[in-house]
Amino acid sequence: MIILDNLQKRYGDRAALAGVSFAVKPGELFAYLGPNGAGKSTTIRILAGLTRLSGGRAIVGGADIESDPLTAKRQCGLVVQHTNVDNDLSLAQNMDIHGRLFGMSAVDRAEQTRTLLDYVDLGERRDQRVGTLSGGMKRRLMIARALMHRPRILFLDEPTVGLDAEVRRRMWGLIKTIQAGGTTVLLTTHYIEEAEFLADRVAFIDHGKLCALDTPAALMTRIGQWAIDRPGQTQMSSEYFADHAAARAAAADCGDALTLRRVNLEDAFLRLTGKGALPC
Amino acid sequence: MLNVMNGFFAIYLREMRLLRQRFWRQISSMMVLPLLYMVAFGTAMAGHSPLAGHSYLEFLIPGLVAMTCMTQSYGIATEINVARFYLHVFEEFQAAPIPNAAYVLGEVCAAMTRAALGVAVILSIALLYSVKVRVDAFFLLAAMLNAFVFAALGVIMAMLVKSHADQSLLTTFVITPMSFLGGTLFPVESLPGWAQHLVYLLPLTHASNAIRGAALGLPPQLTDFAVLAAISALFFAVALACVGRARD
Repeated sequence: MIILDNLQKRYGDRAALAGVSFAVKPGELFAYLGPNGAGKSTTIRILAGLTRLSGGRAIVGGADIESDPLTAKRQCGLVVQHTNVDNDLSLAQNMDIHGRLFGMSAVDRAEQTRTLLDYVDLGERRDQRVGTLSGGMKRRLMIARALMHRPRILFLDEPTVGLDAEVRRRMWGLIKTIQAGGTTVLLTTHYIEEAEFLADRVAFIDHGKLCALDTPAALMTRIGQWAIDRPGQTQMSSEYFADHAAARAAAADCGDALTLRRVNLEDAFLRLTGKGALPC
Repeated sequence: MLNVMNGFFAIYLREMRLLRQRFWRQISSMMVLPLLYMVAFGTAMAGHSPLAGHSYLEFLIPGLVAMTCMTQSYGIATEINVARFYLHVFEEFQAAPIPNAAYVLGEVCAAMTRAALGVAVILSIALLYSVKVRVDAFFLLAAMLNAFVFAALGVIMAMLVKSHADQSLLTTFVITPMSFLGGTLFPVESLPGWAQHLVYLLPLTHASNAIRGAALGLPPQLTDFAVLAAISALFFAVALACVGRARD
């Protein structure tokens, strides 16, 4: 459904993407995980046609984003990282303009606007000015708008950034429901628990390069099943073990000042990207 | 072609909805400058008509029409700027399956609609002052070409600038001098020969000539129309290229 082949993006001498390749399968929820500035948003922006690539190829829904951008764009919905709605227009007007951009009929626009605003719990506010909505509501509106033309592919760039825990959980439910409807979702995030909860497969990216790609379970298994955390002078260090007995034995040798726990995706991220500290 | 029409209408409709939100504010702001010019220059220059058989106000009104057409249509640059750098709604258009021509046409036509409103305001004020202005096909064509030129220029500038501050700098250095030198407030013929050559490089000078000629019932100078049409085509092509290059 989405193919990146040696994708490159340079800004002057700086390589934002240094040859990234992977493929996303139809119906998959694929998480692209990395710290700020790793190249996640740049990838999404290239795939959505907002940014020119410097090298390689990007195929979206079977169409090359550079040589056949209109075919590629017709199949995609995009939710960018920052808010990008018309504050002076109503929710319904924002949806309507989007539908017109994608060539939808008047009947279809009206029906989809009603269905989707209800779907994201904003139906009662359809004629309200968008400027009066909270940040979380605007994010939900952006998701509804991106789904307006029934895209086969949905790009979500940090969809829950800046949202409180409750709203974030609601968004996760919404994203899962969208995928269950058959939409392929490419999601970028720097929240590791978000990728662990939502994704079928996860790619780790850092400094514009892909570090690892697999299912969350497989990525975690690569480093072991159990971990012990040992507090250090400046940061926590962790050791990983294949079985519980070995981890308990190691923990017993070290005294009380450590924690024995299951390995999580954060451990896999830190180990596989060679980082000593958590991404912020 | 369907993509162009869908996209064009979506972009145009968005601008019209925004204009409708602040219609009366927009109209009142359109009146301020022309009224000031009419009161200040109309009073000060009352006995100094630059055209035989016509009052200074009869000379001034077509100049103000040209100037308002320019400022209102070029004003689309600010709207695009806000959509690009503040609201980020421009990304919504970039991600949509519409050709660049649809975007440029939508914004240019929205700008021309704003210019038409501005012209209507000036003509209403002229009526209040009992100034005779002949509005015929040449008048409308000249005003439309003038609006098109500066609307396309507005799109170009909005795509080239990197911030709001850049935008206001360009207005200060490009639009403001043209407002005064483009044959709006005084006849170009009163300038020294070398200066006349320079001001005839400005599209507004040709627009002022064409609009004034039509308004006063003089025979149309086809050169002015041809120059405006040529600049319109050139600026439209450049605007298309600039929108294409606006992808970072």
